[in-house]
Amino acid sequence: MIEIRWHGRGGQGAVTSVEMLALAAIEEGKYAQGFPAFGPERRGAPVMAFNRVSDKPIKIRSGIYRPDVVVVLDPSLVSLVPVTDGLKPDGILIVNTSKTASEIRKVLNYKGKLFTVDATHIAKEELGVPISNTTMLGAVLKATGVLKMDAMKSPLEHRFGRVAGKNMTAMKRAFNEMKQAKAA
Amino acid sequence: MGKRIGMEVGIAAAEAVALCNIDVAAVYPITPQSHIAEHMADIIHDGRIDAEFITVESEHSSISACAGASATGARVYTATSSQGLMLMHEILPIVSAMRLPVVMGNANRAVSGPLNIWNDHGDIMPQRDSGWICLFTENGQEVIDLSIMAFKIAEDPEVMLPTVVNIDGFQLTHMIEPLEFPTQAQVNKFLPDRKPYATLHPDNPMTMGCFNMPDIFTETMKAKDTALWNSKKTIVKVFNEWGRQFGRKYNVVETYKAKDAETLILTMGSMGETASIAVDEMRKAGRKVGLVKLRLWRPFPVEELRAAIKGCKTLIVMDRAISFGGAGGPVATEIKSFLFHDKGRPRIVDFLMGLGGRDVTVGDFIAMVERAKNKKDETYEYYGVRE
Repeated sequence: MIEIRWHGRGGQGAVTSVEMLALAAIEEGKYAQGFPAFGPERRGAPVMAFNRVSDKPIKIRSGIYRPDVVVVLDPSLVSLVPVTDGLKPDGILIVNTSKTASEIRKVLNYKGKLFTVDATHIAKEELGVPISNTTMLGAVLKATGVLKMDAMKSPLEHRFGRVAGKNMTAMKRAFNEMKQAKAA
Repeated sequence: MGKRIGMEVGIAAAEAVALCNIDVAAVYPITPQSHIAEHMADIIHDGRIDAEFITVESEHSSISACAGASATGARVYTATSSQGLMLMHEILPIVSAMRLPVVMGNANRAVSGPLNIWNDHGDIMPQRDSGWICLFTENGQEVIDLSIMAFKIAEDPEVMLPTVVNIDGFQLTHMIEPLEFPTQAQVNKFLPDRKPYATLHPDNPMTMGCFNMPDIFTETMKAKDTALWNSKKTIVKVFNEWGRQFGRKYNVVETYKAKDAETLILTMGSMGETASIAVDEMRKAGRKVGLVKLRLWRPFPVEELRAAIKGCKTLIVMDRAISFGGAGGPVATEIKSFLFHDKGRPRIVDFLMGLGGRDVTVGDFIAMVERAKNKKDETYEYYGVRE
Protein backbone atom coordinates (compact mmCIF):
# COMPACT_ATOMS: atom_id res chain seq x y z
CA MET A 1 0.00 0.00 0.00
CA ILE A 2 1.18 3.50 -0.84
CA GLU A 3 0.06 6.48 1.25
CA ILE A 4 0.16 9.97 -0.27
CA ARG A 5 -0.33 13.35 1.43
CA TRP A 6 -1.13 16.37 -0.71
CA HIS A 7 -0.49 19.93 0.46
CA GLY A 8 -2.27 22.77 -1.29
CA ARG A 9 -4.25 25.88 -0.63
CA GLY A 10 -8.04 25.94 -0.39
CA GLY A 11 -9.39 26.32 -3.94
CA GLN A 12 -6.33 24.89 -5.69
CA GLY A 13 -7.92 21.51 -6.12
CA ALA A 14 -5.97 19.21 -3.81
CA VAL A 15 -9.24 17.39 -3.12
CA THR A 16 -9.87 17.05 -6.85
CA SER A 17 -6.39 15.54 -7.24
CA VAL A 18 -7.01 12.85 -4.63
CA GLU A 19 -10.41 12.18 -6.17
CA MET A 20 -8.96 11.77 -9.68
CA LEU A 21 -6.17 9.51 -8.44
CA ALA A 22 -8.50 7.32 -6.34
CA LEU A 23 -11.06 6.99 -9.14
CA ALA A 24 -8.36 6.11 -11.67
CA ALA A 25 -6.86 3.48 -9.37
CA ILE A 26 -10.24 1.90 -8.69
CA GLU A 27 -11.05 1.94 -12.41
CA GLU A 28 -7.80 -0.01 -12.91
CA GLY A 29 -9.05 -2.66 -10.49
CA LYS A 30 -6.95 -1.52 -7.55
CA TYR A 31 -8.22 -0.54 -4.13
CA ALA A 32 -7.97 3.11 -3.17
CA GLN A 33 -9.12 5.81 -0.83
CA GLY A 34 -9.24 9.54 -1.44
CA PHE A 35 -10.22 11.91 1.33
CA PRO A 36 -9.79 15.51 2.43
CA ALA A 37 -8.37 16.63 5.77
CA PHE A 38 -11.83 16.82 7.24
CA GLY A 39 -12.89 20.28 8.21
CA PRO A 40 -13.96 23.73 7.13
CA GLU A 41 -12.07 24.76 4.00
CA ARG A 42 -11.13 28.37 3.45
CA ARG A 43 -9.98 29.65 0.10
CA GLY A 44 -6.26 30.32 0.19
CA ALA A 45 -5.58 28.62 3.53
CA PRO A 46 -3.16 25.67 3.63
CA VAL A 47 -5.09 22.40 3.24
CA MET A 48 -4.24 18.72 2.99
CA ALA A 49 -5.78 15.76 1.20
CA PHE A 50 -4.87 12.09 1.19
CA ASN A 51 -4.70 8.96 -0.95
CA ARG A 52 -4.18 5.32 -0.19
CA VAL A 53 -3.65 2.93 -3.12
CA SER A 54 -3.23 -0.81 -2.75
CA ASP A 55 -3.59 -4.09 -4.61
CA LYS A 56 -5.52 -5.47 -1.63
CA PRO A 57 -8.68 -4.20 0.11
CA ILE A 58 -7.86 -1.28 2.43
CA LYS A 59 -9.16 -1.62 5.94
CA ILE A 60 -7.52 1.27 7.72
CA ARG A 61 -9.71 4.35 8.24
CA SER A 62 -7.59 6.57 10.42
CA GLY A 63 -5.55 9.50 9.09
CA ILE A 64 -2.19 9.27 7.30
CA TYR A 65 0.71 10.25 9.56
CA ARG A 66 3.65 8.40 7.94
CA PRO A 67 3.19 9.02 4.21
CA ASP A 68 5.27 7.34 1.50
CA VAL A 69 4.80 10.36 -0.73
CA VAL A 70 4.25 14.07 -0.07
CA VAL A 71 3.06 16.33 -2.88
CA VAL A 72 3.28 20.12 -2.58
CA LEU A 73 0.92 21.90 -4.98
CA ASP A 74 1.73 25.46 -3.98
CA PRO A 75 5.36 26.66 -4.06
CA SER A 76 4.86 29.06 -1.14
CA LEU A 77 3.86 26.27 1.26
CA VAL A 78 7.42 24.92 1.43
CA SER A 79 8.45 27.67 3.82
CA LEU A 80 5.09 27.87 5.64
CA VAL A 81 3.96 24.32 6.40
CA PRO A 82 6.08 21.44 7.77
CA VAL A 83 5.53 19.44 4.57
CA THR A 84 8.12 16.74 5.34
CA ASP A 85 6.57 15.86 8.73
CA GLY A 86 6.27 12.11 9.11
CA LEU A 87 7.55 11.39 5.59
CA LYS A 88 9.12 7.93 5.65
CA PRO A 89 12.97 7.88 5.46
CA ASP A 90 12.78 6.29 2.00
CA GLY A 91 9.77 8.42 1.06
CA ILE A 92 9.38 10.77 -1.88
CA LEU A 93 8.85 14.53 -1.82
CA ILE A 94 7.40 16.13 -4.96
CA VAL A 95 7.35 19.92 -5.10
CA ASN A 96 5.80 22.31 -7.57
CA THR A 97 8.42 25.06 -7.71
CA SER A 98 10.41 27.27 -10.04
CA LYS A 99 13.30 27.13 -7.57
CA THR A 100 16.23 24.73 -7.84
CA ALA A 101 16.26 21.46 -5.96
CA SER A 102 19.15 22.61 -3.78
CA GLU A 103 17.18 25.70 -2.74
CA ILE A 104 14.26 23.47 -1.72
CA ARG A 105 16.59 21.14 0.18
CA LYS A 106 18.01 24.10 2.05
CA VAL A 107 14.65 25.62 3.03
CA LEU A 108 13.37 22.27 4.28
CA ASN A 109 16.66 20.90 5.58
CA TYR A 110 15.66 17.78 3.63
CA LYS A 111 18.04 15.11 2.40
CA GLY A 112 15.62 12.47 1.10
CA LYS A 113 14.32 11.70 -2.39
CA LEU A 114 13.18 14.90 -4.08
CA PHE A 115 11.46 15.67 -7.37
CA THR A 116 10.74 19.17 -8.65
CA VAL A 117 8.67 20.54 -11.51
CA ASP A 118 7.40 24.03 -12.34
CA ALA A 119 3.78 22.93 -12.56
CA THR A 120 2.38 26.44 -12.15
CA HIS A 121 4.25 27.50 -15.30
CA ILE A 122 2.97 24.44 -17.21
CA ALA A 123 -0.61 25.00 -15.98
CA LYS A 124 -0.50 28.66 -17.06
CA GLU A 125 0.68 27.68 -20.53
CA GLU A 126 -1.64 24.73 -21.05
CA LEU A 127 -4.74 25.67 -19.05
CA GLY A 128 -4.40 29.42 -18.83
CA VAL A 129 -4.74 29.34 -15.04
CA PRO A 130 -2.11 28.87 -12.32
CA ILE A 131 -3.92 25.83 -10.84
CA SER A 132 -1.47 22.97 -10.65
CA ASN A 133 -3.54 20.08 -9.27
CA THR A 134 -4.09 18.04 -12.44
CA THR A 135 -0.63 18.95 -13.74
CA MET A 136 0.95 17.59 -10.57
CA LEU A 137 -0.84 14.27 -11.06
CA GLY A 138 1.63 13.68 -13.90
CA ALA A 139 4.51 14.29 -11.50
CA VAL A 140 3.05 11.84 -8.98
CA LEU A 141 2.61 9.12 -11.61
CA LYS A 142 6.19 9.58 -12.81
CA ALA A 143 7.75 9.62 -9.33
CA THR A 144 5.74 6.71 -7.91
CA GLY A 145 4.72 4.57 -10.89
CA VAL A 146 1.49 3.96 -8.98
CA LEU A 147 -0.60 4.11 -12.17
CA LYS A 148 -0.12 4.44 -15.91
CA MET A 149 -0.91 7.81 -17.44
CA ASP A 150 -3.80 6.38 -19.51
CA ALA A 151 -5.63 5.47 -16.31
CA MET A 152 -6.22 9.18 -15.64
CA LYS A 153 -8.07 9.72 -18.91
CA SER A 154 -11.49 8.48 -17.90
CA PRO A 155 -11.81 10.30 -14.54
CA LEU A 156 -10.44 13.53 -16.05
CA GLU A 157 -12.89 13.34 -18.95
CA HIS A 158 -15.74 12.67 -16.58
CA ARG A 159 -14.76 15.60 -14.37
CA PHE A 160 -13.53 18.21 -16.86
CA GLY A 161 -15.45 17.37 -20.02
CA ARG A 162 -14.18 19.32 -23.02
CA VAL A 163 -11.16 20.75 -21.15
CA ALA A 164 -10.02 17.27 -20.11
CA GLY A 165 -7.63 17.16 -23.08
CA LYS A 166 -5.80 20.29 -21.90
CA ASN A 167 -5.50 18.81 -18.42
CA MET A 168 -4.11 15.59 -19.91
CA THR A 169 -1.55 17.61 -21.87
CA ALA A 170 -0.50 19.54 -18.76
CA MET A 171 -0.24 16.27 -16.84
CA LYS A 172 1.92 14.69 -19.55
CA ARG A 173 4.21 17.71 -19.60
CA ALA A 174 4.75 17.47 -15.83
CA PHE A 175 5.45 13.75 -16.29
CA ASN A 176 8.15 14.57 -18.85
CA GLU A 177 9.55 17.80 -17.39
CA MET A 178 9.86 16.75 -13.75
CA LYS A 179 13.42 16.33 -12.53
CA GLN A 180 14.78 14.10 -9.83
CA ALA A 181 17.17 15.99 -7.59
CA LYS A 182 20.65 14.63 -6.98
CA ALA A 183 21.03 12.78 -3.71
CA ALA A 184 21.98 15.14 -0.91
CA MET B 1 -22.87 -7.79 -8.74
CA GLY B 2 -21.30 -5.25 -11.01
CA LYS B 3 -17.76 -4.05 -11.24
CA ARG B 4 -16.25 -2.07 -8.37
CA ILE B 5 -16.53 1.63 -9.02
CA GLY B 6 -15.00 4.58 -7.18
CA MET B 7 -17.43 6.97 -5.54
CA GLU B 8 -17.74 9.15 -2.47
CA VAL B 9 -19.74 7.30 0.15
CA GLY B 10 -22.20 10.18 0.74
CA ILE B 11 -23.04 10.20 -2.97
CA ALA B 12 -23.30 6.41 -2.89
CA ALA B 13 -25.85 6.60 -0.06
CA ALA B 14 -28.12 8.74 -2.27
CA GLU B 15 -27.52 6.44 -5.26
CA ALA B 16 -28.48 3.40 -3.17
CA VAL B 17 -31.70 5.08 -2.04
CA ALA B 18 -32.42 5.99 -5.67
CA LEU B 19 -32.54 2.26 -6.44
CA CYS B 20 -35.28 1.79 -3.84
CA ASN B 21 -38.23 3.23 -5.77
CA ILE B 22 -38.86 5.94 -3.18
CA ASP B 23 -41.81 8.30 -3.54
CA VAL B 24 -40.69 11.19 -1.35
CA ALA B 25 -37.44 12.59 -0.01
CA ALA B 26 -37.44 15.52 2.40
CA VAL B 27 -33.85 16.31 3.24
CA TYR B 28 -32.40 19.46 4.79
CA PRO B 29 -28.66 19.84 4.20
CA ILE B 30 -26.16 19.87 7.04
CA THR B 31 -22.44 19.05 7.18
CA PRO B 32 -21.32 16.25 6.82
CA GLN B 33 -24.59 14.96 5.36
CA SER B 34 -24.79 17.69 2.68
CA HIS B 35 -23.61 15.57 -0.22
CA ILE B 36 -26.42 13.09 0.44
CA ALA B 37 -28.97 15.93 0.42
CA GLU B 38 -27.53 17.59 -2.68
CA HIS B 39 -27.19 14.39 -4.64
CA MET B 40 -30.68 13.19 -3.69
CA ALA B 41 -32.04 16.53 -4.94
CA ASP B 42 -30.02 16.17 -8.17
CA ILE B 43 -31.29 12.65 -8.84
CA ILE B 44 -34.91 13.70 -8.41
CA HIS B 45 -34.55 17.03 -10.23
CA ASP B 46 -32.90 15.28 -13.18
CA GLY B 47 -35.87 12.95 -13.42
CA ARG B 48 -33.78 9.84 -12.87
CA ILE B 49 -36.43 8.58 -10.44
CA ASP B 50 -40.10 9.37 -10.16
CA ALA B 51 -40.19 10.93 -6.72
CA GLU B 52 -40.96 14.19 -4.98
CA PHE B 53 -38.15 16.16 -3.31
CA ILE B 54 -39.71 18.36 -0.65
CA THR B 55 -37.54 21.40 0.08
CA VAL B 56 -38.08 22.14 3.73
CA GLU B 57 -36.92 24.97 5.99
CA SER B 58 -35.54 22.80 8.78
CA GLU B 59 -35.01 19.26 9.95
CA HIS B 60 -38.09 19.52 12.18
CA SER B 61 -40.01 20.08 8.97
CA SER B 62 -38.20 17.39 7.00
CA ILE B 63 -39.05 14.65 9.46
CA SER B 64 -42.60 16.01 9.82
CA ALA B 65 -43.02 15.98 6.03
CA CYS B 66 -41.68 12.43 6.00
CA ALA B 67 -44.22 11.40 8.64
CA GLY B 68 -47.10 12.88 6.66
CA ALA B 69 -45.94 11.38 3.38
CA SER B 70 -45.34 7.98 4.94
CA ALA B 71 -48.84 8.04 6.44
CA THR B 72 -50.27 8.28 2.92
CA GLY B 73 -48.47 5.04 2.08
CA ALA B 74 -45.45 6.54 0.34
CA ARG B 75 -41.91 5.18 0.58
CA VAL B 76 -39.97 7.95 2.25
CA TYR B 77 -36.33 8.87 2.87
CA THR B 78 -34.57 11.57 4.82
CA ALA B 79 -31.04 12.17 5.99
CA THR B 80 -29.49 14.40 8.60
CA SER B 81 -26.71 14.86 11.13
CA SER B 82 -25.97 16.26 14.57
CA GLN B 83 -27.96 19.46 15.25
CA GLY B 84 -30.39 18.45 12.52
CA LEU B 85 -31.11 15.18 14.29
CA MET B 86 -31.44 17.05 17.58
CA LEU B 87 -34.05 19.29 15.95
CA MET B 88 -35.90 16.18 14.74
CA HIS B 89 -35.89 14.76 18.25
CA GLU B 90 -39.42 15.88 19.07
CA ILE B 91 -40.90 14.11 16.05
CA LEU B 92 -38.89 10.86 16.11
CA PRO B 93 -41.02 9.05 18.75
CA ILE B 94 -44.17 10.16 16.94
CA VAL B 95 -42.99 8.52 13.72
CA SER B 96 -42.29 5.25 15.54
CA ALA B 97 -45.53 5.38 17.55
CA MET B 98 -47.45 5.82 14.29
CA ARG B 99 -45.54 2.81 12.96
CA LEU B 100 -44.35 4.73 9.90
CA PRO B 101 -41.47 3.01 8.09
CA VAL B 102 -39.44 6.13 7.31
CA VAL B 103 -35.79 5.43 6.50
CA MET B 104 -33.15 7.93 7.56
CA GLY B 105 -29.43 8.19 6.93
CA ASN B 106 -27.61 9.91 9.77
CA ALA B 107 -24.11 11.22 9.12
CA ASN B 108 -22.86 10.88 12.67
CA ARG B 109 -21.37 14.08 14.03
CA ALA B 110 -20.71 15.60 17.44
CA VAL B 111 -23.37 17.80 18.99
CA SER B 112 -22.73 21.46 19.88
CA GLY B 113 -21.47 23.14 21.98
CA PRO B 114 -18.90 24.10 21.32
CA LEU B 115 -19.58 23.79 17.61
CA ASN B 116 -17.84 20.74 16.19
CA ILE B 117 -18.67 19.32 12.78
CA TRP B 118 -16.64 16.13 13.13
CA ASN B 119 -17.51 12.54 13.80
CA ASP B 120 -18.73 10.92 16.98
CA HIS B 121 -21.97 9.27 18.11
CA GLY B 122 -23.19 12.11 20.32
CA ASP B 123 -26.05 12.84 17.93
CA ILE B 124 -27.67 9.42 17.73
CA MET B 125 -27.39 8.48 21.39
CA PRO B 126 -29.94 11.06 22.62
CA GLN B 127 -32.38 9.46 20.12
CA ARG B 128 -31.84 6.04 21.66
CA ASP B 129 -35.26 5.93 23.32
CA SER B 130 -37.22 7.14 20.28
CA GLY B 131 -38.36 3.67 19.21
CA TRP B 132 -36.44 3.59 15.93
CA ILE B 133 -34.49 0.62 14.60
CA CYS B 134 -30.89 1.76 14.73
CA LEU B 135 -28.15 0.31 12.49
CA PHE B 136 -24.46 1.17 12.18
CA THR B 137 -22.21 0.90 9.12
CA GLU B 138 -18.50 0.27 8.92
CA ASN B 139 -17.60 1.05 5.29
CA GLY B 140 -19.11 2.40 2.10
CA GLN B 141 -20.35 -0.97 0.89
CA GLU B 142 -22.32 -1.43 4.09
CA VAL B 143 -23.85 2.03 3.60
CA ILE B 144 -25.19 0.95 0.20
CA ASP B 145 -26.36 -2.47 1.37
CA LEU B 146 -27.96 -1.35 4.64
CA SER B 147 -29.64 1.70 3.08
CA ILE B 148 -31.49 -0.70 0.77
CA MET B 149 -32.13 -3.33 3.44
CA ALA B 150 -33.47 -0.62 5.78
CA PHE B 151 -36.59 -0.15 3.61
CA LYS B 152 -37.32 -3.86 3.55
CA ILE B 153 -36.89 -4.14 7.33
CA ALA B 154 -38.87 -0.99 8.14
CA GLU B 155 -41.81 -1.83 5.85
CA ASP B 156 -42.17 -5.48 6.78
CA PRO B 157 -45.75 -6.00 8.09
CA GLU B 158 -44.25 -7.61 11.19
CA VAL B 159 -42.16 -4.48 11.85
CA MET B 160 -43.58 -1.18 10.51
CA LEU B 161 -41.02 0.93 12.33
CA PRO B 162 -38.74 3.76 11.21
CA THR B 163 -35.10 2.84 10.72
CA VAL B 164 -31.96 4.94 10.95
CA VAL B 165 -28.73 3.95 9.18
CA ASN B 166 -25.77 5.55 10.93
CA ILE B 167 -22.92 6.63 8.63
CA ASP B 168 -19.88 8.07 10.41
CA GLY B 169 -19.50 11.69 9.28
CA PHE B 170 -16.42 12.43 7.13
CA GLN B 171 -14.75 9.09 7.99
CA LEU B 172 -17.38 7.50 5.75
CA THR B 173 -19.42 10.26 4.12
CA HIS B 174 -16.43 12.01 2.53
CA MET B 175 -14.38 8.94 1.61
CA ILE B 176 -13.90 7.96 -2.03
CA GLU B 177 -13.57 4.19 -2.11
CA PRO B 178 -14.39 1.16 -4.29
CA LEU B 179 -18.05 0.17 -4.16
CA GLU B 180 -20.35 -2.34 -5.82
CA PHE B 181 -23.90 -1.44 -6.69
CA PRO B 182 -26.69 -3.93 -7.23
CA THR B 183 -28.62 -3.46 -10.46
CA GLN B 184 -32.09 -1.94 -10.50
CA ALA B 185 -33.55 -5.34 -11.41
CA GLN B 186 -31.79 -6.98 -8.46
CA VAL B 187 -33.12 -4.34 -6.05
CA ASN B 188 -36.62 -4.64 -7.53
CA LYS B 189 -36.49 -8.36 -6.84
CA PHE B 190 -35.20 -7.87 -3.30
CA LEU B 191 -37.44 -4.94 -2.32
CA PRO B 192 -41.10 -5.22 -3.33
CA ASP B 193 -43.51 -2.28 -3.19
CA ARG B 194 -44.59 -1.08 0.23
CA LYS B 195 -47.92 -2.50 1.37
CA PRO B 196 -49.08 -0.09 4.05
CA TYR B 197 -51.39 -1.27 6.83
CA ALA B 198 -53.44 1.92 6.67
CA THR B 199 -53.18 5.08 4.61
CA LEU B 200 -54.37 8.64 4.86
CA HIS B 201 -56.60 9.58 1.96
CA PRO B 202 -59.25 12.30 1.58
CA ASP B 203 -61.77 9.74 0.29
CA ASN B 204 -61.36 7.60 3.36
CA PRO B 205 -60.76 9.88 6.35
CA MET B 206 -59.12 8.41 9.41
CA THR B 207 -57.06 9.53 12.37
CA MET B 208 -53.58 8.28 13.11
CA GLY B 209 -51.55 8.64 16.28
CA CYS B 210 -53.67 11.30 17.88
CA PHE B 211 -54.30 11.02 21.60
CA ASN B 212 -54.08 8.55 24.48
CA MET B 213 -55.71 8.90 27.88
CA PRO B 214 -53.92 7.50 30.95
CA ASP B 215 -56.04 4.34 30.70
CA ILE B 216 -54.39 3.27 27.41
CA PHE B 217 -51.06 5.11 27.08
CA THR B 218 -49.06 2.47 28.97
CA GLU B 219 -50.50 -0.26 26.76
CA THR B 220 -49.58 1.71 23.64
CA MET B 221 -46.01 2.15 24.89
CA LYS B 222 -45.70 -1.53 25.73
CA ALA B 223 -46.96 -2.43 22.26
CA LYS B 224 -44.34 -0.17 20.69
CA ASP B 225 -41.60 -1.68 22.82
CA THR B 226 -42.74 -5.19 21.91
CA ALA B 227 -42.81 -4.25 18.23
CA LEU B 228 -39.23 -2.99 18.40
CA TRP B 229 -38.01 -6.15 20.17
CA ASN B 230 -39.87 -8.32 17.68
CA SER B 231 -38.25 -6.51 14.74
CA LYS B 232 -34.97 -8.33 15.35
CA LYS B 233 -36.40 -11.51 13.83
CA THR B 234 -37.16 -9.65 10.61
CA ILE B 235 -33.81 -7.82 10.66
CA VAL B 236 -32.00 -11.17 10.78
CA LYS B 237 -34.28 -12.56 8.08
CA VAL B 238 -33.60 -9.60 5.77
CA PHE B 239 -29.84 -9.80 6.43
CA ASN B 240 -29.93 -13.49 5.49
CA GLU B 241 -31.97 -12.84 2.38
CA TRP B 242 -29.46 -10.15 1.31
CA GLY B 243 -26.64 -12.59 1.93
CA ARG B 244 -28.30 -15.20 -0.28
CA GLN B 245 -29.03 -12.78 -3.10
CA PHE B 246 -25.86 -10.67 -3.03
CA GLY B 247 -23.27 -12.85 -1.30
CA ARG B 248 -22.48 -10.40 1.48
CA LYS B 249 -23.66 -11.81 4.80
CA TYR B 250 -24.59 -9.42 7.58
CA ASN B 251 -25.06 -10.19 11.27
CA VAL B 252 -26.56 -8.07 14.03
CA VAL B 253 -23.31 -8.63 15.95
CA GLU B 254 -20.16 -9.14 13.89
CA THR B 255 -17.02 -10.77 15.24
CA TYR B 256 -13.38 -10.90 14.15
CA LYS B 257 -10.93 -13.39 15.66
CA ALA B 258 -13.19 -13.44 18.71
CA LYS B 259 -13.57 -17.18 19.31
CA ASP B 260 -10.59 -17.85 21.58
CA ALA B 261 -10.00 -14.23 22.56
CA GLU B 262 -9.32 -13.39 26.21
CA THR B 263 -9.69 -9.70 25.49
CA LEU B 264 -12.32 -8.30 23.14
CA ILE B 265 -12.56 -4.80 21.73
CA LEU B 266 -16.13 -3.67 21.00
CA THR B 267 -16.84 -0.99 18.40
CA MET B 268 -19.75 0.52 16.48
CA GLY B 269 -19.37 2.13 13.06
CA SER B 270 -16.31 2.94 10.98
CA MET B 271 -13.74 2.28 13.74
CA GLY B 272 -14.22 -1.46 13.33
CA GLU B 273 -11.95 -1.83 10.30
CA THR B 274 -9.04 0.04 11.87
CA ALA B 275 -9.57 -1.97 15.07
CA SER B 276 -9.31 -5.20 13.05
CA ILE B 277 -5.79 -4.21 11.95
CA ALA B 278 -4.87 -3.60 15.60
CA VAL B 279 -6.22 -7.08 16.40
CA ASP B 280 -4.07 -8.57 13.62
CA GLU B 281 -0.97 -6.86 15.03
CA MET B 282 -1.67 -8.00 18.58
CA ARG B 283 -2.38 -11.56 17.38
CA LYS B 284 0.99 -11.55 15.60
CA ALA B 285 2.56 -10.67 18.95
CA GLY B 286 0.82 -13.70 20.47
CA ARG B 287 -1.93 -11.79 22.29
CA LYS B 288 -5.38 -13.37 22.40
CA VAL B 289 -7.27 -10.25 21.34
CA GLY B 290 -10.39 -10.16 19.17
CA LEU B 291 -13.08 -7.78 18.00
CA VAL B 292 -16.85 -7.53 18.40
CA LYS B 293 -18.82 -5.05 16.35
CA LEU B 294 -22.38 -4.02 17.09
CA ARG B 295 -24.24 -3.50 13.83
CA LEU B 296 -27.60 -3.25 15.55
CA TRP B 297 -28.03 -0.83 18.45
CA ARG B 298 -31.82 -0.86 18.73
CA PRO B 299 -33.29 -3.35 19.37
CA PHE B 300 -30.23 -4.35 21.36
CA PRO B 301 -28.95 -7.77 20.19
CA VAL B 302 -28.35 -9.15 23.66
CA GLU B 303 -28.36 -12.91 22.89
CA GLU B 304 -25.99 -12.45 19.97
CA LEU B 305 -23.67 -10.30 22.08
CA ARG B 306 -23.63 -12.92 24.86
CA ALA B 307 -22.68 -15.59 22.33
CA ALA B 308 -19.94 -13.38 20.84
CA ILE B 309 -18.24 -12.58 24.15
CA LYS B 310 -18.59 -16.03 25.72
CA GLY B 311 -15.39 -17.01 27.49
CA CYS B 312 -13.63 -13.67 27.19
CA LYS B 313 -12.14 -12.18 30.36
CA THR B 314 -12.05 -8.50 29.44
CA LEU B 315 -14.45 -6.60 27.21
CA ILE B 316 -13.21 -3.16 26.17
CA VAL B 317 -16.06 -0.95 25.01
CA MET B 318 -15.26 1.99 22.73
CA ASP B 319 -17.88 4.65 23.47
CA ARG B 320 -18.04 7.63 21.12
CA ALA B 321 -20.64 9.49 23.18
CA ILE B 322 -20.94 10.70 26.76
CA SER B 323 -23.73 10.50 29.31
CA PHE B 324 -22.64 13.46 31.40
CA GLY B 325 -22.80 12.76 35.11
CA GLY B 326 -23.90 9.20 34.40
CA ALA B 327 -22.63 5.65 34.69
CA GLY B 328 -20.45 5.76 31.58
CA GLY B 329 -20.73 5.76 27.80
CA PRO B 330 -24.14 4.63 26.52
CA VAL B 331 -22.85 1.40 24.93
CA ALA B 332 -20.93 0.17 27.99
CA THR B 333 -23.74 1.16 30.34
CA GLU B 334 -26.19 -0.83 28.24
CA ILE B 335 -23.97 -3.90 28.15
CA LYS B 336 -23.29 -3.74 31.89
CA SER B 337 -27.05 -3.65 32.55
CA PHE B 338 -27.69 -6.71 30.42
CA LEU B 339 -24.80 -8.70 31.87
CA PHE B 340 -25.39 -7.67 35.48
CA HIS B 341 -26.64 -11.10 36.55
CA ASP B 342 -24.46 -13.19 34.23
CA LYS B 343 -22.11 -15.45 36.16
CA GLY B 344 -18.56 -15.35 34.84
CA ARG B 345 -19.23 -12.24 32.80
CA PRO B 346 -16.14 -10.40 31.53
CA ARG B 347 -14.68 -7.38 33.22
CA ILE B 348 -16.00 -4.39 31.29
CA VAL B 349 -13.65 -1.52 30.55
CA ASP B 350 -15.29 1.59 29.14
CA PHE B 351 -13.28 4.14 27.18
CA LEU B 352 -14.79 7.42 26.02
CA MET B 353 -12.80 8.21 22.92
CA GLY B 354 -12.92 9.29 19.27
CA LEU B 355 -14.97 12.33 20.24
CA GLY B 356 -15.58 15.28 17.90
CA GLY B 357 -13.36 13.87 15.15
CA ARG B 358 -10.41 12.83 17.34
CA ASP B 359 -8.71 10.24 15.17
CA VAL B 360 -8.45 6.68 16.50
CA THR B 361 -5.42 4.88 15.12
CA VAL B 362 -4.21 1.29 15.22
CA GLY B 363 -1.78 2.40 17.93
CA ASP B 364 -4.64 3.83 19.99
CA PHE B 365 -6.44 0.48 20.05
CA ILE B 366 -3.26 -1.28 21.15
CA ALA B 367 -2.69 1.38 23.84
CA MET B 368 -6.25 0.93 25.13
CA VAL B 369 -5.81 -2.83 25.37
CA GLU B 370 -2.62 -2.18 27.37
CA ARG B 371 -4.35 0.36 29.61
CA ALA B 372 -7.27 -2.03 30.19
CA LYS B 373 -4.89 -4.63 31.63
CA ASN B 374 -3.93 -2.28 34.45
CA LYS B 375 -7.33 -0.81 35.10
CA LYS B 376 -8.59 -2.04 38.44
CA ASP B 377 -12.27 -1.06 38.44
CA GLU B 378 -15.06 -0.77 35.90
CA THR B 379 -15.54 2.98 35.99
CA TYR B 380 -15.39 4.78 32.67
CA GLU B 381 -12.28 6.57 31.54
CA TYR B 382 -11.48 9.17 28.87
CA TYR B 383 -8.79 7.83 26.56
CA GLY B 384 -6.04 10.08 25.26
CA VAL B 385 -7.30 13.19 27.00
CA ARG B 386 -4.78 15.93 27.86
CA GLU B 387 -5.07 16.92 31.53
